[in-house]
Amino acid sequence: MKIAVPVDEKDLKSKVCVSFGRTPYFLIYNTETKESVFLENSAAASTGGAGIKAAQTIVDNGVSALLTPRCGENAADVLKAADIKIYKTKSVAINDNIEAFIDGKLPLLDEIHAGFHGRGGN
Amino acid sequence: MRIAVLSGKGGTGKTLVSVNLAAAAHKAVYIDCDVEEPNGHLFFKPAVIQEEEIAIKIPAVDNTRCNGCRQCVDFCKFNALASIKNQNKLIIFEEVCHSCGGCIMLCPEKALTEKEKVIGKIQKGMSDAVTVYTGILNIGEASGIPIIKQLLDDHKDTSGMPVFIDCPPGSACIVMESIKDADYCILVAEPTLFGVHNLNMVYELVKLFGKQFSVVLNKCLDGENPAEKFCIEKNIKIIGRIPFDTELGIINSNAEIAVRKNPKYGDIFSSLLETVVREVQHKHETTSHSQR
Repeated sequence: MKIAVPVDEKDLKSKVCVSFGRTPYFLIYNTETKESVFLENSAAASTGGAGIKAAQTIVDNGVSALLTPRCGENAADVLKAADIKIYKTKSVAINDNIEAFIDGKLPLLDEIHAGFHGRGGN
Repeated sequence: MRIAVLSGKGGTGKTLVSVNLAAAAHKAVYIDCDVEEPNGHLFFKPAVIQEEEIAIKIPAVDNTRCNGCRQCVDFCKFNALASIKNQNKLIIFEEVCHSCGGCIMLCPEKALTEKEKVIGKIQKGMSDAVTVYTGILNIGEASGIPIIKQLLDDHKDTSGMPVFIDCPPGSACIVMESIKDADYCILVAEPTLFGVHNLNMVYELVKLFGKQFSVVLNKCLDGENPAEKFCIEKNIKIIGRIPFDTELGIINSNAEIAVRKNPKYGDIFSSLLETVVREVQHKHETTSHSQR
């Protein structure tokens, strides 16, 4: 299965990005082939609706699960409609999260925030 | 003549000036374009004689017709649409949509149609001889511009009465929409450094729009007035000074109209009104002169 993680740089040693919609890159990891692909997030520079566009990218890449520290409600609506499960990352190290996910140790993300909609936020 | 009253921030006295100018004119039109928080009606207490809902057009999808081609998704600059191809589902985010209609025009399958979404209303009422229009945006809606458009479209022909436009605070799109067709702009300013910063914002805006304008200094105290200094430096005409006055403050905080309450204020705003009318007419003369 393919999983997606928002990441700061095109490198497995980089960190999980704090933002889903405006992350610079997505790591698409195939748990069977152990293949890693980094995608640029075209939504990062959007004036609005970044979460929706980023979620569209995830959907289009045939991903089954998203590992992210947080996710806004519009993005979550798109992911839910595509039956993509959202898991909450437990640390900033990409590998730790992938391993924890494979071992079934990552919890589902149950806190969906209302979105920042141009107001920033950290 | 359409006179817009604006300021860079809330609480400088836009409503005080526009309400009292309209009241001083006796027969006038007052339009509250501060649709996110209209308050002119609190002073005029108009008997509402007409109410009109304002709706915008947004897309609605027939998922049985959508084939997932994504032309709409790729076109939308606001990312208001998402397509889940394997589920045959197009999702529309109504609150992100800016009502441009582009997705509907592009859809080759005619899966998108227009539907109306009410975002607020306009109330019309009378207060003595002042016709009061109030734009009200529903809570949670993103933009009041369609309401302001409708409010002002109704008053293109102003051959008769003067029209006073009470603008939203700031210098963003909703203010631009409010002053777009105004013949004259009054900038209301406070005598503080913060006030000067905000005055500069609206000053830049009216200059950009090529508007004829002047400043009314509100809450004037003895001593140095940074807003006055700013006007002198920039060579901006000051057409009125409203004193920092406890009595005026009390009248205003009780939602009463100073002009109707005390002849002293009647005099202040009548003379301000005369100056404004003279300014607008002077502007008309000079423009018609230059057109010859």
